[in-house]
Amino acid sequence: MSSAAMDHGHSAGGHHTSLPIDNRKLAIWTFIGSECLFFATLISTFLIYRGQSVSGPGPKDIFEVPLVTGGTAVLLFSSFFVVMALNGAQEGNRKKLLTWLSLTVLCGMFFAGMQVYEFMHFYHLGLGYSTNLFSASFYTLTGFHGAHVTMGTLWLATLLKDAIKGNLPPEKSLNLEIAALYWHFVDVVWIIIFPVVYLMSLGN
Amino acid sequence: MTTTVLDTEAAPARRSALVEWLTTVDHKKIGIMYGASAFIFFLIGGLEALIIRAQLTGPEGKLVSAELYNQLFTMHGTTMIFLAVMPLSAMFFNFFVPLLIGARDVAFPRLNAMSLWVFMLGGIFLNASFIFGAPNGGWFGYAPLSGREFSPGINMDFWVIGLQILGIASLAAGVNFFTTILNMRARGMTLMRMPMFAWATLITQILVLLAFPVITVALIFLMADRVFGTGFFVTAAGGDPMLWQHLFWVFGHPEVYILILPAFGIISEILPVFSRKPLFGYSAMVFSMAFIAFLGFGVWSHHMFATGMGPLADSFFSLATMLIAIPTGVKVFNWMGTVWGGSVRLATPMYFALGFIAMFVIGGLSGVMHSVAPADLQQTDSYFVVAHFHYVLFGGSIFALTAGAYYWWPKMFGRMLDEGLGKAHFWLMFLGFNLTFFPMHFAGLLGMPRRVYTYPAGLGFDIYNLMATAGAFVLMLAFLVFIWNLIKTWRGPANAPADPWGGATLEWTIPSPPQEFNFGEEPVVTGKDPVWTARRAAGVDRLPEPAHVSGKGIHMPGPSWWPLIVSVGILVFFVGFMLPKFWAFPFHPVGILGFAITTVGIFKWAYEPVDAHATHH
Repeated sequence: MSSAAMDHGHSAGGHHTSLPIDNRKLAIWTFIGSECLFFATLISTFLIYRGQSVSGPGPKDIFEVPLVTGGTAVLLFSSFFVVMALNGAQEGNRKKLLTWLSLTVLCGMFFAGMQVYEFMHFYHLGLGYSTNLFSASFYTLTGFHGAHVTMGTLWLATLLKDAIKGNLPPEKSLNLEIAALYWHFVDVVWIIIFPVVYLMSLGN
Repeated sequence: MTTTVLDTEAAPARRSALVEWLTTVDHKKIGIMYGASAFIFFLIGGLEALIIRAQLTGPEGKLVSAELYNQLFTMHGTTMIFLAVMPLSAMFFNFFVPLLIGARDVAFPRLNAMSLWVFMLGGIFLNASFIFGAPNGGWFGYAPLSGREFSPGINMDFWVIGLQILGIASLAAGVNFFTTILNMRARGMTLMRMPMFAWATLITQILVLLAFPVITVALIFLMADRVFGTGFFVTAAGGDPMLWQHLFWVFGHPEVYILILPAFGIISEILPVFSRKPLFGYSAMVFSMAFIAFLGFGVWSHHMFATGMGPLADSFFSLATMLIAIPTGVKVFNWMGTVWGGSVRLATPMYFALGFIAMFVIGGLSGVMHSVAPADLQQTDSYFVVAHFHYVLFGGSIFALTAGAYYWWPKMFGRMLDEGLGKAHFWLMFLGFNLTFFPMHFAGLLGMPRRVYTYPAGLGFDIYNLMATAGAFVLMLAFLVFIWNLIKTWRGPANAPADPWGGATLEWTIPSPPQEFNFGEEPVVTGKDPVWTARRAAGVDRLPEPAHVSGKGIHMPGPSWWPLIVSVGILVFFVGFMLPKFWAFPFHPVGILGFAITTVGIFKWAYEPVDAHATHH
């Protein structure tokens, strides 16, 4: 750690920080690092239990890959939208901020809705939470991801409310930046879940 | 020096002492509450140990039933790890890390308060289980034994949910202290100038952040098996009990370093001060600690040699485990190098610190014995293992935490602990500890298994068990002496000087106990051991006694109810998983209520102006 950086680090509140990064931003990165292990454990378990169920239905019987591909695309686009929204917030461009942030929130709602529909659909096909190992590991993994999407959507919606009220000026854009970091992370996790859970089930 | 510290005209109203402690965000008050509650849990865990030892005094003991015995050893292990050693370390993290790095508070004071309350409520929740049936499946809750089929009662629900609650506290504190240490250091305090306890805390938090998510997921699986009837660990459903063991120990082994690294940090602070000589090999100490933490993630399966993983896995985990002896040895030799040639002063903290080195080395050596897979097959699940981990956790962690208590007590409360009683405490603890745990090596090698509530006569265990029980009561006496010391000195005057030991680090530059804002003027650091540097520069033996300052213009965060409210919400939410199905609700309404309290609390917290009730000085 160079002393130059230590002298120049300042948080949004003007407090001295040792590293040139705001406390809250460092904390969200730390949290994301910890969350990696959370999802790594869930994904590993799903893989370990792949093909181990003693009864059906299995992934091939029920997966609707086109639907989830649509949801995946929406979620990935939302990562781009939130960057545009952040850019708008940093520039103080209200219209840009509101447009892109609303789109991001809509994408989050769409994805969560898609997952609720998918879960209900599977349930009607006879795949309850405790039906077999596949259902338990599938619902736990994608359910916790869905809970993260829901939390992120709620967080971004709260910031949208702030933005509409004019409470998200450029000097507070860090609030959005932190939420955006979390949102990107949730997207990245889905980029791993989608091939591991859905695409790999298309094969053998 | 009597100066009014609090500028009362800025405070909206005089709050009662109770409200002040319930809403505080001051890292020092939070640290004291961590310490006080953890010490109570420690005494409860100690009482459980005494009952266990009383039961095992002689063959065919009749004091407790097999069922109660199972509850006692499960709760003893769970309590000592999660409710005693971890939060006692957290007491020192909270009170001293900001002081050591020259900060006015942690990065997120309200989050810090939440960690405390979640921990405290989780600890009370776990202990409340004794009313309904306490956990009885061992501290590592091996599935499928801990599943619904073999543990149908509410007992293991308390364990699963209790640990889940405590994990939230640890993770929140992990984020908080990681950020604090990296970002709130005084000007000039580069990483390689940080006191070793700050380093130990930083590395411990990295372990917490990477290990706790794994146990969180494992506990989610086990909870799903128990509550929703899934088959994660049910063999009939294709589930694999080995998965539980792997996930548990991927967490569990880093966890033992979470318990010992803070102890390393405390010892590395005390030895230089009482040897009046800087720490020997500072950077080697830093890197060896980091290396231990790194290796700690690659050795978990040495807890599982008896499960038959095959020669390749056994060899890998044997070698990785032996490798840990190298950085640990570096630390032990550097501690001895610190004392070597020093002008040693044998005050009570130094007694405990030296005792730590000796006891920890014994525990470390028996640990190396376990790393040899064929030998471990003979030792596993025997009293030899019990002896080993008590040498590292009691002889290591508890000795170091006690050393830290004697060392830092004057700073925390402005009172010196009695030296005579302190030394009596040490000798009783040292003798009692060895009398309790050394014979267990022999009992274990003779084949006495762990977790048995009684044993028949004539197997050669009798004498070792009798010695262990006698030792346990000597340990009780040692802690009674400690409590007497606390009471006695509490009645005495609060007249400890700012720097009673001739310390090297920043906490000794401010009054004992410190003022709310810690430092009247933010310190600037130019090297390691800043107090010693300043003393040399001034050519004096001691720096002048610091004055209390008015702290005018210093801005401290105000108190808040939301951390406590959110913590209550989290507890109520988790209790929802334990209640029977209620009417048509998919989830018990009590749990839904808890979720609502938590959500509303988080929103109120997020929008609470930080300055709402700020104390201006």
